[in-house]
Amino acid sequence: MNATDVRTTHGVVVEEQIVFTLSALCRASGAQAEQVQALIDEGLLQPTGQRPEDWQFSGSALRSTRTALRLSRDLELGLSGAALVMDLLSEIERLRARLRCG
Amino acid sequence: MEFKDYYATLGVERTATQDEIKRAYRKLARKYHPDVSKEADAEARFKDVAEAHEALIDAERRAAYDDIAQRHASGRPFEPPPGWDSGFEFSGRGQQGTAGRHADGADARDFSAFFESLFGRAGSEGLRRQAASAMQGQDHHAKVSIDLMDACHGARRTISLRRPVVDAAGQTTLQEHQLEVGIPKGVREGQHLRLAGQGSPGQGGAPAGDLYLEIHVLPHPLFRLDGGDLHLDLPVAPWEAALGASVTVPTPDGAVELSVPSSSKPGRRLRLKGRGLPGTPPGDLYAVLSIALPPALTEPQKLAYASFAGAFPGFDPRNALEV
Repeated sequence: MNATDVRTTHGVVVEEQIVFTLSALCRASGAQAEQVQALIDEGLLQPTGQRPEDWQFSGSALRSTRTALRLSRDLELGLSGAALVMDLLSEIERLRARLRCG
Repeated sequence: MEFKDYYATLGVERTATQDEIKRAYRKLARKYHPDVSKEADAEARFKDVAEAHEALIDAERRAAYDDIAQRHASGRPFEPPPGWDSGFEFSGRGQQGTAGRHADGADARDFSAFFESLFGRAGSEGLRRQAASAMQGQDHHAKVSIDLMDACHGARRTISLRRPVVDAAGQTTLQEHQLEVGIPKGVREGQHLRLAGQGSPGQGGAPAGDLYLEIHVLPHPLFRLDGGDLHLDLPVAPWEAALGASVTVPTPDGAVELSVPSSSKPGRRLRLKGRGLPGTPPGDLYAVLSIALPPALTEPQKLAYASFAGAFPGFDPRNALEV
């Protein structure tokens, strides 16, 4: 509890500087490979590469995957329901931004 | 430790059926889920609701809770069961330090000390795994809130993290440590910083996991954020809008002179290219014009408005109303 350890750490911005492999995305998001596959089938994730071992995900896949898993778990939606909610949320966000910014 | 009334949190009677508890949870979860809700303090409310549901939906847990609640109601102060470790302080840490919980990605739940004292640290079993073979440490997630100016200019933030550590005797304890994090300038709302090696330590010589920090940019009194762009309400006087003017406007990097073209209407957006959040490419700053009307209080001011009206005999602001 009392250990203090002060050092400065510089991170990298995931959305701009990182590309995930399937296993790295699973590690970082806590998703199972089958869940990632389901999100690809929903069109929520769009990796490049043909076979799973070649897949490359953009950095923004981390946020999408985590949000989908949270919604799916907390609202008992299933991943396809979560994907639909996320589509609607991004549409709402787009409309809100238009209201805010004139 | 504060006693939590889980029935009140869900808004159900103590005699509620499991179905009623489930329904109450679902309704509140839709209302307060932080990914969906725009309610103030949605995150804290949802956490309470999820915890209450977790405690009451399981019959055994509910029975144990009811037992304690009854003793609590009879006026005795709540005493945690033996074995409770006061170090397990999970609640009330705001946006920082959530990485200290049993981080297993998106499945991680962050319950209160009250819950942990009753039911143990659900999910912490994974951390007690014996190191049979080399295994990379787990990745952790936490959130950090920064001011808009910090996003524009970069900043340093010291965050407190608590991480479970397994000692030689196989006991899991929480170790707190401070981490000073460099926030790069130009970071956007909702982006993540990856801090390599700041997650759980690896086992058997394997590397440590990473820490992911989700960035939340706090609202700014003047500038509204839209991705990398900023929007600013810019009030101008009627004569500035009509005749054109050079006005001083604030930007994240200090005040600049902006030329307002003549015959500008309210709502007109004037772009200051590259004056938004830094980046490649940098965002823009949009000044959105509004027209501020001075009140006519003195005689000369009333005369000025009257002569204004006299100069526009054909002007009908209600032209489109067809009355």
